[in-house]
Amino acid sequence: MKELIKRLVETYGPAGNEETIRNLIMEEVKPYVDEIHVDALGNLITVKRGGGKKLMLAAHMDEIGVMVTSIDDNGFLRFYGVGGISPFSLIGNRCYFANGTVGVFGIERLDAMKDLTMNKMFIDIGVDSKEEALKKVNIGDVAAIKREFCDLGKRLVSKAMDDRIACAILIEALKQVENQAYDIYAVFTSQEEVGLRGARVAAYGISPDLGIAIDVTRTGDTPKSATMAVSLGKGPTVKVRDSSVLCTPAVRRHMEEVAKANDIPYQLEVLEAGGTDAGAIQLTKSGIPAGVMSIPCRYIHTASEMVDYDDVQLGVRFLVKLMETEYQG
Amino acid sequence: MQTKEFLKQMVEATGVSGSEGPVADLISQVFSDMCDDVRRDVLGNVIGLKQGCGEGKRPTIMLAGHMDEIGLMVTKIDEKGFLKFTQVGGVDQRTLVAQEVVVHGREDVMGIIGLKPPHLVPPQDRNKAIPMHELQIDLGLPVERVKELVSVGDVVTIKRSFMELGEDIVSCKAMDDRAAVAVIYECLQELKKLKHTADVYAVATTQEEVGLRGATVSTYGINPDIGIALDVCHGAMPGVPEQDTAPMGKGPSIAFGANIHPKVFEQLVKLAKEYNIPYTLDPTPAGTGTDLWAMQVVRAGIPTALLSIPSRYMHTSVETVSMTDIKLAGRLLAYFIASIDTAFVEGLLCY
Amino acid sequence: MLLKKLSEAFGPSGYEHEVRTILEEELKDYVGVWQRDALGNLIACKEAAKGPRVMLAAHMDEVGLMISHVDDAGLLHFHKVGGIDDRVLVSKPVLVGKNRVPGVIGAKAIHLQRPEERTQVIPHRSLFIDIGAKSKDEALAKVKLGDYVIFATEYGEFGEGLAKGKALDDRAGCFVLAEALKEEYNFPLYGAFTVQEEIGLRGAGVAAYAIEPDLGIVIEGTTCNDVSGMEEHEYSTVLGGGPAITFMDTASIGNRAMIQELVRIAEENNIPYQFKGTVTGGNDAGRINVSRAGVPVVAISIPCRYIHSPVSVLSLEDVRNTTKLIKLFLRSIEGGFRV
Repeated sequence: MKELIKRLVETYGPAGNEETIRNLIMEEVKPYVDEIHVDALGNLITVKRGGGKKLMLAAHMDEIGVMVTSIDDNGFLRFYGVGGISPFSLIGNRCYFANGTVGVFGIERLDAMKDLTMNKMFIDIGVDSKEEALKKVNIGDVAAIKREFCDLGKRLVSKAMDDRIACAILIEALKQVENQAYDIYAVFTSQEEVGLRGARVAAYGISPDLGIAIDVTRTGDTPKSATMAVSLGKGPTVKVRDSSVLCTPAVRRHMEEVAKANDIPYQLEVLEAGGTDAGAIQLTKSGIPAGVMSIPCRYIHTASEMVDYDDVQLGVRFLVKLMETEYQG
Repeated sequence: MQTKEFLKQMVEATGVSGSEGPVADLISQVFSDMCDDVRRDVLGNVIGLKQGCGEGKRPTIMLAGHMDEIGLMVTKIDEKGFLKFTQVGGVDQRTLVAQEVVVHGREDVMGIIGLKPPHLVPPQDRNKAIPMHELQIDLGLPVERVKELVSVGDVVTIKRSFMELGEDIVSCKAMDDRAAVAVIYECLQELKKLKHTADVYAVATTQEEVGLRGATVSTYGINPDIGIALDVCHGAMPGVPEQDTAPMGKGPSIAFGANIHPKVFEQLVKLAKEYNIPYTLDPTPAGTGTDLWAMQVVRAGIPTALLSIPSRYMHTSVETVSMTDIKLAGRLLAYFIASIDTAFVEGLLCY
Repeated sequence: MLLKKLSEAFGPSGYEHEVRTILEEELKDYVGVWQRDALGNLIACKEAAKGPRVMLAAHMDEVGLMISHVDDAGLLHFHKVGGIDDRVLVSKPVLVGKNRVPGVIGAKAIHLQRPEERTQVIPHRSLFIDIGAKSKDEALAKVKLGDYVIFATEYGEFGEGLAKGKALDDRAGCFVLAEALKEEYNFPLYGAFTVQEEIGLRGAGVAAYAIEPDLGIVIEGTTCNDVSGMEEHEYSTVLGGGPAITFMDTASIGNRAMIQELVRIAEENNIPYQFKGTVTGGNDAGRINVSRAGVPVVAISIPCRYIHSPVSVLSLEDVRNTTKLIKLFLRSIEGGFRV
């Protein structure tokens, strides 16, 4: 599975530019699902028929990135963030565009580092003129952060663990599931990082009976971190709430029961800031029961997002069991 | 049951956003005596239907008052058994110090939000509000026992009993917005005496305090011809400009502006004058900050109106309202419902 | 002249009646079926048997003020309608209510100010409108609580091919949309003149729900800060640089295929165009984009300097080029369109 994770996290796919990552996932899941289609917002919607209620599983395939907004005469690119990206996290980092062009983030001279904002930064793609730059990139092009996958043994680090780790878990679960209790709509959603947009329209189109999002969540287990009772290596979480959703109590109970019945360790998650696709799914039409399984992840929205491999494998087992256990609601 | 008694039971019941179960059970039970049908939707909204009279297609009117209240949620149990917490909805951290609370765990557990005694606070800190993340709940129990009773994600409410202040004013937590559910109750009582053709959906909505979520989905499900939200507005008090408040005990406040359909507003004002019901006006240019903001843009758009009950000290645990205002609002609402026919509804699309 | 009429019309968010009437009158010979809804959107329906359902949208509403309180001295206090910078309000003539009662927003004379006051912004809550009434009763005889207020700015042409006026965001878009609706196309086209954009993109979502479009195109008046003192990489658009195509803002990401097609058409027909250089703000495209099961969208904007103030400026050449680009894009859809 590590090989799959490596390929997923290293593939390009900022919000609104999910074509490459979508094609990769499509090839990966094709043998295990019955139907595949892509909707108007670029969601990859797969269906694995099993009869029964409709279960929508959502893992977002987009990642944060930066968009080029202007190019100066010397070929330097100015940019804005796509999704919640801090300028401080870009210092010393590199980015890459869909065509492979690599750039380095640079900073104007500042009196104090706390004054750093994105419009005081630029991208250097190694050219001397606007003309040369335009051969490689154009205004409106979007770059992802460049950082390779790193296997630390117990822990895995890369850019885009948020939320490709969930894509990997969902793909793996689709491979492993045997006695599914639902028609499973496994959706690899688009544009989560810019406002849960893909999940919202996908849920409208599908009208599921139950929706479960799979995402990453923050932890409270690093030195002087914010208070949060979630740690790496203690299992996937069952979300209680975040800024976008108060998970449907019956879904949360169902998830906890499934975990307990299968001896899967889990943690309860109260995330004070941040949202997930479940927030959009729950408010679709006249309301859809919704829950979230999260993988604890340190350093979210940086180039080095870290997850625990045991949590990931437990996540797969948990998701398979959720696919196999009917929700009584 | 008197409206005041119903209000008392409601505000003393628990129903933090997303965990409205106890107060929803109470409201369902009371509504079922007055409605033809009561159901709950996926988000827990309580939806009562009181049918109108007459054959054929009847107009549908949705009344929405939110039953959820702001509260707290446990984020962590520390090694000594103290609870760390966060807010659900907009809680003023300054109101939390030295409160008795109830932690709704496996069973309800009494707790106290304490603070350092003044003797130990350095002088420079005495003028600063204590931030929420520095507060903690003391259950007075050993950590093992705390872990048996409480888990991360449990909700917490301020412990507070209903109080009558003088003849007309009542006070408790959660008047925002159970006072509105009391208005709906009063309206349903009045409707027993009136003939109405419109089908009335009496909805106690959920999750208003975290983003108008219950109203969003219940309005989609009902798809009414007219949607009316009931909420509280700021009651007149010293230190707040007159134009930001409405006087207590002088009738409901009727809002108008972009969030409200002009013809529904005009009809409410016309009826208030006709039946000598006092009211005040609340010009609101954009968002009303109520369920109505969500209701108006559901599906292809819903004609809307807003009645508000003035309340002092909103989002504290001693919110006050006037019983007179609740009664007057309920009566106006009932007359409005009785006045609606198909022709009125059709006219709402002619701008 | 239509653009002048539109610019001078009275239409803060939630009170768009006058703009609606002007557009209905202008288009009465071109549009057979009008659809209206509970919020006041006006939708021109040009039905056709087959082809993609295309929604073109421009918002009718403008930023303005609303009377919140009339005091004993007969002065009017107000709320803001939409995003207005407090600094633009002082020393401006305004019109109150549908009878357009003239008033002024004054300020304490500079002679009476303490030196430190002169550097401070006067918050709108400390400002008021004077309509010459000497008492509350006299004021209430002319205006009422909740009356909307617009800036008393006349439309005019100046400089080299420029026009100035209030509300060019988005009456310029309404103008372009009206022009596009004067032609016939072989696919179903819905011209939505939307309400309440300035207070949260309220009208477009419900209009899109009713229309169920396959494609959405929003025509906006957008920010333009190509003035002295700004660095070029901070420009959002350039006046006279042609229609501005948006890749992304806070509310939506433009559909790539539609953007590519617009660029192709502009280049083939020698229409100048530009890409919007900032991603802040959002427009109706955001609501259309996530309507029902999703709609591909693109926003095309007319650069307007000084928007959301009493007087904004646009280039008439930009208006002509935007109209041309939109019409040619619609023609290209006649041959079918794949996103």
